[in-house]
Order: sequence, then structure tokens, then C-alpha cells
Amino acid sequence: MSAERVIEISSLNKSFGDFRVLTNVDLSVSLGERIVICGPSGSGKSTLIRCVNGLEQFDSGHILVDGISLEEPGGVDRVRSEVGMVFQQFNLFPHLSVLDNLTLGPMKARGLSRTDAEALAMEYLERVRIPEQARKRPRELSGGQQQRVAIARSLCMKPKIMLFDEPTSALDPEMISEVLDVMVELAQEGMTMLVVTHEMGFARKVADRMVFMDGGEIVETGTPSAVFEAPKSERFRAFLDKILQH
Amino acid sequence: MTRTTKLWLALFGVLFVAGCSGTSGAWGWYVIDPSTAQGQSNIRFLVGGFWATILLSLIAAALSMMIGLLVALPGMSSNRWVRLPSRIYIEFIRSIPLLPMLFWVFYGLPVVMRSLGFPITIDAFWGAIITLAISDSAFTAEIYRAGIQSIPKGQTEAARTVGLTYSQTMRYVILPQAIRRILPPLANQFIYIVKMSAFASVIGMQELTRRANELVVTEYRPLEIYSLLILEYLVLVLIISFFVRWLERKMGSDESR
Ligand SMILES: Nc1ncnc2c1ncn2[C@@H]1O[C@H](COP(=O)(O)OP(=O)(O)OP(=O)(O)O)[C@@H](O)[C@H]1O
Ligand SMILES: [Mg+2]
Repeated sequence: MSAERVIEISSLNKSFGDFRVLTNVDLSVSLGERIVICGPSGSGKSTLIRCVNGLEQFDSGHILVDGISLEEPGGVDRVRSEVGMVFQQFNLFPHLSVLDNLTLGPMKARGLSRTDAEALAMEYLERVRIPEQARKRPRELSGGQQQRVAIARSLCMKPKIMLFDEPTSALDPEMISEVLDVMVELAQEGMTMLVVTHEMGFARKVADRMVFMDGGEIVETGTPSAVFEAPKSERFRAFLDKILQH
Repeated sequence: MTRTTKLWLALFGVLFVAGCSGTSGAWGWYVIDPSTAQGQSNIRFLVGGFWATILLSLIAAALSMMIGLLVALPGMSSNRWVRLPSRIYIEFIRSIPLLPMLFWVFYGLPVVMRSLGFPITIDAFWGAIITLAISDSAFTAEIYRAGIQSIPKGQTEAARTVGLTYSQTMRYVILPQAIRRILPPLANQFIYIVKMSAFASVIGMQELTRRANELVVTEYRPLEIYSLLILEYLVLVLIISFFVRWLERKMGSDESR
């Protein structure tokens, strides 16, 4: 592949105390590539993607994001300015209006004027189809709307890469698709995405590559079609059987 | 009026009536009898301490709030070496009784400063303020810490991922949310400062307690004068606690909005 590598993770190890969470993880991601990470609870999926933008520190190994090393001085800040993140619990700022949630980063971190930041925010609120909620507080919105605000908030920083950590797991079933739709559009626009999710329909539709983790290791990777047809490892097969039953 | 207020007023009423109607001469309310010229001038002298007590407490509280925040923030670092000084400060300051600290600041600190090449004098007013502020700051630091730690970690993470620095995260995301959990206990702590400001009397600060002491020396009527003194603190503290209640209600209703 000649495509530019935007994330390079090599021999990553991490423990919480005595407990090994990541063992020798290698993963590289090309520009525009969509990767879906799945695996049982506690397998280290969140920890892995949180290492990418420095929310977790690792014990050994290397991570390069767009050529920037997380270990170099100021590296974490530079990486974060290129990487957006969407959390399971949305993590919107409850004391600010939806609009202010979106303009905070552009104004304080990028130095945009209020007018420019609000124009930018409205543009992204329209992309996630809730411009009419701009003046409300997050708690007045449904879960699906809140998560779309969270996605728009990340996009306002014009990231090169987006990380999603189980973005639909905290949502009522009827709201899952409105969030996934926004993510599918984002994928179609060519955003580089690392998505931790158990939504296999989404994976099938947008993933270039599936990554299956178990016990802190990457057990198997492959295209969705190959993986869903015939998973190579027994563990992945058992995992798929379990989640596809539902 | 709350029930406690009524109870207190009733108690003072009973004492007062008992004192005035007594014939045994055990009571001598004349010292603070507002219908005589001497009584009036005594009352004016005693009540004249209000201003100093309030000013002392307000400045000390403001300083304590600033020092408390400066101590609390590093105290929450993930780096233990950054945390350590803050912990030591809190444990150390918290365990020093106010009176020894007051003596040390008033008599000792100028000597220390002079030996360091800063020849300063510390008068009773500033000696009391510095002592109250430092002593109280250990408690305000803990109030800040509890308030800030009550905000979910995800808020910091979200703020950092949209590019805010640590101090921007504190200023725009964490503190505005924590403030509703911080302000009521801080205001409560102000009551503590007001009461502790009475210690300033021992280094000669002319506040409520000092004035009462001085009048007792000339009038030999400790019971009546100290009763009025307690009443003065009571009024002051009741006003503050009404304010604290109001603040708690306001913050509480904000939360449920
Ligand atoms: N801060 C922490 N301290 C100690 N252990 C932790 C911490 N964070 C995570 N762990 C442990 O590390 C392991 C991996 O956690 P991680 O959150 O990465 O798993 P996950 O694959 O995202 O699981 P889930 O599907 O439940 O979100 C788990 O066993 C978890 O208990
Ligand atoms: Mg997780």
C-alpha cells in the first residue's frame, strides 16, 4: 500500500499495576482508512484507542500519529489537535449551551473569533442535523442528539483522525441509527476512523478492516467480508456467534 | 425565623429579664443600659468592633480562597511528586492550633523575614489576617478538591481532546461546574473564620472581643459585657448563615434546572 500511514502503533505494552492490559500491540492505519475494533469486555479496546491521543500512558512501545511521536515534548498536544474523540458517555459540557460546547475548542485552542466559531459550529450542527438545538443545554436533548452534538464538537476542531469508543452503547435502541448514520456519512467523506463498536451492521458497511482483540492482544484482523465469512480464530468465531445472536 | 434563632432570642430574653428584675445585685445591666449616657457610650465602644471583625474576616477569607485553590490544584495531579507538597501543606497547617500559629506569625515571622533580608513589620491586623488565611486555607483546599473531584473525569478528557490546555480546562469546564458544590461549604467556612477572628484580640487587634475585654477591665462587669459580646457574634453568624442557606438554595435549584 502506498497510502500515507497516519497512525503507527508498534509493540505497545501497558499494565495497570500488575494487570497486563495491552500486550505487544501492533497496528498501522492509513489515511482515510476505517477500522472497527471489537472484542469482549475488558479486552483493552478502550485502553488502546485512548493511548492514541494520550489519554492513557503506555509502558513501552511507540505510537506515531501523523509522524508525531507521543513521547516527544509537546507531542501529546500536537497529536490531540489532529485527533478527535467521541465517548460512550458523550461527555458534553452540561453548563454550556450546545453552541458553546462546539465553540469552546475553536475559540480557546484555535483562537477563532466568536463569530467565526459560531459559524463553524452551525455548519457542523447542520451536518449532524440538529441546528435547531443550538441554544439548548445538553440535558434537554435526547441521547442520540447529545451524541451527535459530541461528534459535531469534535469535527469543529477539523481533526484528521476520529476515535470512537462505543459511541452507541449508552443509547436507547431507537436512537442508535441516527448516530450511526452520521458516522457512515463521515466515513464516506473520507475521514480516518478508529471505531470501537459491536454494531456489526455498521462494521460491514464502512469498515476497511476489522480488528478483534481479546486479553489485551490483537487476535485477528481482516476485511469485514472475510472475517464474517470465516473467522480464522476460534475465539473470534465464538465472539461473533455470541453478539450476532442478538 | 428559624427555630434555632427563636430559641436563642428566647434565652437571651429570659436572661435579660432575670437580670433587670433581680434585686440581689448579681446583675448589673447598667453598664450597657442604652437609656444612660455611660451605657450608650459603652455600647458604642463594644459595637465599634464590628467593622474590624468583619474586615478582618473578609480579607482573610478572600486570601484563604486564593491560597486554597493554589494548594488544591497540584494536590490533584497524577504525579505524586507534584501532589506531595500540597498534601504536606494541608496536613501540617491543619494540625497547628490557631493561637500558637498566631503567636508565631506575629512575633516570629518578622524575625524570619528580617533574617532573609526583608525587613517587614507585621501589625496586629495583618498578623491576624495572615494567620487566619493560612490556617483556613488547608480547609478551603480540601473543599476545592472535593468539589473538583466530584466532576466526572470524562469532562477533563473531553476538554483536553478539543484542544484546551490544563488551565483552560479548569477555567472554562471544571470550575464553573464545581463552583456550585464549592461555594456553600466555602461560605460555611466563613462562619468559622468570623469566630476564630476573636483570637486576634490577644495580639491587640481592636475587634469585638478585644473591646469587650478592655471594657471588662474598666467596668468589672464581665457577665453583662460578655453576654453582649456573644450576642454580637450571634447576630453576625446568623446573618451569614442566612446567606449560606440562600446560596445553597440558589445553587441547588440551578442544578435541577
Ligand atoms: N484506570 C484503570 N485502572 C485499573 N484497571 C483498569 C483501568 N482502566 C481499565 N482497566 C482494566 O483494564 C482492562 C481493559 O480495559 P478496557 O476499558 O480497555 O477494556 P474494553 O475492551 O474497552 O472493555 P469494555 O468493552 O468493557 O469497554 C479491564 O480489565 C479493566 O478493568
Ligand atoms: Mg471500553
